[in-house]
Amino acid sequence: MSDTGYALEARGIVKIFGNHVALDAVDFGLRPGEVHALLGENGAGKSTLIKILTGAYQPDGGMVLADGEPVHLDNPQQAQTHGIGTVYQEVNLLPNRSIAENLYLGHQPTRFGLVDRRRMETGARGILKRYGLEIDPSSELGAHSVAVQQIVAIARAVELSGKVLILDEPTASLDRNEVERLFEIIRDLKARGLAVVFITHFLDQVFAVADRVTILRNGKLVDTRALDDMTRTDVVRLMLGKDVAFSGATGVEDARPMGEVLLDFANYGRKRSVHPFNLTIHKGEVIGVAGLLGSGRTEMARIMFGADSADEGILEIAGKKTSIARPTDAIANGFGFCPEDRKAEGIFGDLSVRENIIIALQGKLGWFSALNRDEQMEIAGRFGESMDIRAASLDMPIKLLSGGNQQKVILSRWLATDPAFLILDEPTRGIDVGAHAEIVRTINRLRDEGLALVVISSELDEVVAYSSRIVVMRDREMVAELSGENINPGVIVQAIANHREGPSA
Amino acid sequence: MSIITKLALAAGLATALSSGALAQDISGKVIGFSQIGSESGWRAAETSVTRQQAEERGVDLKFADAQQKQENQIKAIRGFIAQGVDAILVAPVVATGWDDVLTEAKEAEIPVILLDRGIDAPEDLYLTSVASDQVLEGRVAGEWLVSEVAGEDCNVVELQGTVGSSPAINRKQGFEEGIASAANVTITQSQTGDFTRSKGKEVMEAFLKSSNGGADICAVYAHNDDMAVGAIQAIKDAGLKPGEDILVVSIDAVPDIFTAIAAGEANATVELTPNMAGPAFDALAAYWADGTMPEKFIITESKLYTAENDPAGEYERRKDLGY
Amino acid sequence: MMRRILTPLANPQLIALVGVLLVNWLLFPNFFRITWQDGRLFGSLIDVLNRGAPVAILAIGMVGVIATKGVDLSVGAVMAMAGAVAATMVVAGYPAPVAVAAALAVGLACGLWNGFLVAVLDIQPIVATLVLMVAGRGIAQLITEGFIVTFTDPVLIYIGTGSFLGVPMAAVIAIALMLLVTLLVRKTAIGLFIEAVGVNRAAASLAGIRSRMLLILVYGLSGLCAAVAGIIIAGDIRGADANNAGLWLELDAILAVVIGGTSLLGGRFSVPLAVVGALIIQAMNTGILVSGFPPEFNLIVKAALIFFVLVIQSPLASRIVPVRATAREAHK
Repeated sequence: MSDTGYALEARGIVKIFGNHVALDAVDFGLRPGEVHALLGENGAGKSTLIKILTGAYQPDGGMVLADGEPVHLDNPQQAQTHGIGTVYQEVNLLPNRSIAENLYLGHQPTRFGLVDRRRMETGARGILKRYGLEIDPSSELGAHSVAVQQIVAIARAVELSGKVLILDEPTASLDRNEVERLFEIIRDLKARGLAVVFITHFLDQVFAVADRVTILRNGKLVDTRALDDMTRTDVVRLMLGKDVAFSGATGVEDARPMGEVLLDFANYGRKRSVHPFNLTIHKGEVIGVAGLLGSGRTEMARIMFGADSADEGILEIAGKKTSIARPTDAIANGFGFCPEDRKAEGIFGDLSVRENIIIALQGKLGWFSALNRDEQMEIAGRFGESMDIRAASLDMPIKLLSGGNQQKVILSRWLATDPAFLILDEPTRGIDVGAHAEIVRTINRLRDEGLALVVISSELDEVVAYSSRIVVMRDREMVAELSGENINPGVIVQAIANHREGPSA
Repeated sequence: MSIITKLALAAGLATALSSGALAQDISGKVIGFSQIGSESGWRAAETSVTRQQAEERGVDLKFADAQQKQENQIKAIRGFIAQGVDAILVAPVVATGWDDVLTEAKEAEIPVILLDRGIDAPEDLYLTSVASDQVLEGRVAGEWLVSEVAGEDCNVVELQGTVGSSPAINRKQGFEEGIASAANVTITQSQTGDFTRSKGKEVMEAFLKSSNGGADICAVYAHNDDMAVGAIQAIKDAGLKPGEDILVVSIDAVPDIFTAIAAGEANATVELTPNMAGPAFDALAAYWADGTMPEKFIITESKLYTAENDPAGEYERRKDLGY
Repeated sequence: MMRRILTPLANPQLIALVGVLLVNWLLFPNFFRITWQDGRLFGSLIDVLNRGAPVAILAIGMVGVIATKGVDLSVGAVMAMAGAVAATMVVAGYPAPVAVAAALAVGLACGLWNGFLVAVLDIQPIVATLVLMVAGRGIAQLITEGFIVTFTDPVLIYIGTGSFLGVPMAAVIAIALMLLVTLLVRKTAIGLFIEAVGVNRAAASLAGIRSRMLLILVYGLSGLCAAVAGIIIAGDIRGADANNAGLWLELDAILAVVIGGTSLLGGRFSVPLAVVGALIIQAMNTGILVSGFPPEFNLIVKAALIFFVLVIQSPLASRIVPVRATAREAHK
């Protein structure tokens, strides 16, 4: 054992992609016999750090040490020889080969130059037993549940590496019992002296199994601490970068009379996606949605819009029971939806700005009442101006625009349909400051004009500023609805962390 | 006279001799026939003629369609061997890969006769091979044209088969041999019509344009009748009379060309006979009667048909064979 | 205004077409000579129009499919089926309009089937249409029982070989279809929706476009166009040749669409330019036939010319032109 006491250590790691600094002088130390949680929102730098620790990326600065000795990791195989094994969310083994073959792939026991199948299967049976699996090692891997495959992947990584095990969101597709079984294995490995890195979005799981936690935000190290002396609220606060103690900002001074009820979602939900929720939305109201990544906030937005259909619950629009099974239903009822992944689900990259603006309106008008070019230019020009879209020409492909301008185009697309209700999923993520301000200004303006909006955002200051109510999502469940003076970052953070600590829903 | 022509005559003679006395000799025999498939009209006609010939001779024909796959043919031959047939006819889909299964047949003492195509295998593995001579077909067509124009100058345009295919290469070579002696007959243009009617028509259209509207063309030679039928339409579209303004000679003798000959729109066709089985049965009859070993390569006749050979009757005789 | 008229003429496809025609003219000086004969226009240029029409018609249907990021491999086989249906029906004594309607219905049904596989069952287009590519020709052979079914029906023959105001009927039909389909996609929102679905189907669905209906429509149109082409080529040779009708023409149609500037990755498309693409291919074919090259060189010459055309319209080549344009604007 080296003097630092770390089995694996990263010192001052810098990683730059283009002009984006993904990791900025990050330190990370992993002790033998500990489970170390690595937390952070999307884009915080978790996966970049993991890829550097496993040799998939080379750092632009800083160094990696194994047992106190600097090492140069060119590829994952080399990391393996230093005792570092990784298991990813998607099991990357061979589903059509046997479990024994998967365990021994690349280093099969041989006899006279041939694979010694019997020895391999006996060995595999012994390994599986240690992980509490009584299954036939000659059976096909793909025939077993994801949980078993996950355990086989862990067994393989541990057998090959033996010192450090990195688990990248291993629980994402497991049910509660399977997660518990996985945790037993993790605890067992810890007792055997392995160092385990555990990446997850679920705080409950962090507190259930981890000893220490390292939190990254925007490529920077926030802190590494022992979990014993931390509450959930502390962790969420560090992740979101909000200092709850000093935050007194409250939401919209709601002196205005509440508009009439537009939408009433009653017991609305979808199996394996979002637990049934109740939400009433009034005209002239912004509902902010807070929650960590993977909390079910995007899923909620999608079932509201019919992108995924709800399989239970009732929706009333202006008091009338309505079924929204697909986006066209939603649009016909005056809904609009700006998705979180702008590039994959929002823009039509090769089409012009003009076409991107009018497409939803045209979709609403149908195939045969086409807007002619002049009408399209008029509409696109109007929104180009009012939304301050910076494009050399409305006929240029939207993919050439900056992210902020693309977002303004998508917002314009929905405004052109004269909507009554807009769902915005992370409308300000990854865009420049000017566009950011323009979008926040637009949200406020639309609210004042009487639209109903649901805005999902990780930017708590922002949500607090424009929301008249805030719902908090956690573990695919709506856990709190905050209004009045409860609309402040401190309460939100507590609600995200653990609603038992926060005010009742 | 080439050796091939001699063989052809010998085969023709053998056919003529056999068709009475020997026909009875193989009745009751069981003969397996592994056919390639039914990819063309000619192939379908070969199948129906083979069935006819077997019926006439009282042969119990076991038919197997290989659907263009050698493995099916090998399977079928093994099946025939297992059933203990008296002889096997094979129209081989490819040239190689026959040694093992033919050795099995030889060990079972079952004579094998190849139809229509040759193979790359030791000659002792099969009794004989019955096939047409594609070079001869081309030469018969060429010689007919030379005698037809009787010394006058004649510019011929040629519609070739698919580039690189053996009938295209051989029928071109044969025709050139056929006209080699006549300096007055020359091929002026040659293009591929892919053996199809529509390509034959398209290519002929282009030839007419580039030959002064067809005035410079004396005859068209097509490697198969289908292209000739297409060319006839192109000639008519150009305002000329096929068969008179431009002579039409082709190969295969499918039913439709006889309609054209009867109408005076085509002049001659050389038959690629679908009757490969007849000579094969005759060879078997002689072999079984007194152990006569047939020639290793039996060449079928390449008969020329013109307006004098009752084209309407020929059409009637052929139209139901499956062409 | 002048620029708006001239710009579409100055695109690489038309330049390539003119280039190929000029090469033909150099090889065969009478290439542009057109005469009046038996009440119809007669000449190599007319042959290009007439012979190019089937592939042009296929391309008119194919371009919409490719714009949705799909491909329709079955069109050649559908041609064979449509021709077989029309021919066997007139031979069986049905009136020509009934036979033509039945053939068109078969083509439409094939297209809708492809659309169903792609849009509803979500099968990859190349696989979904491969089914009919293989099975369709077999069905055509079953219909004709392996014969070339010849007919003498004057209406069917007129569709394949007749002429209207001196122009070959096939070309008239192709031009009419081109105008019709262009109007259909550009005067309605269908064209925009096709492009939207091709560029980003997920976004199109969230923007309220019924992409399933649209996909079924474009595949249906492709099948219908294939049937039209199939009837034409059957009429042309007065017979349905199930083995050879439309064989490999799906590849020519795809090539025509690509030469017409539509990316196989979907998105922007142009019906008229796809037709120009088909004419470029046919101009090459006719040029090879009149030039007197030995047929062994056909494929090599064709490949070289296509390579040349594709280079002209490659991103690299088109970058050179705008660079000059901006340089000029900078001087202003």
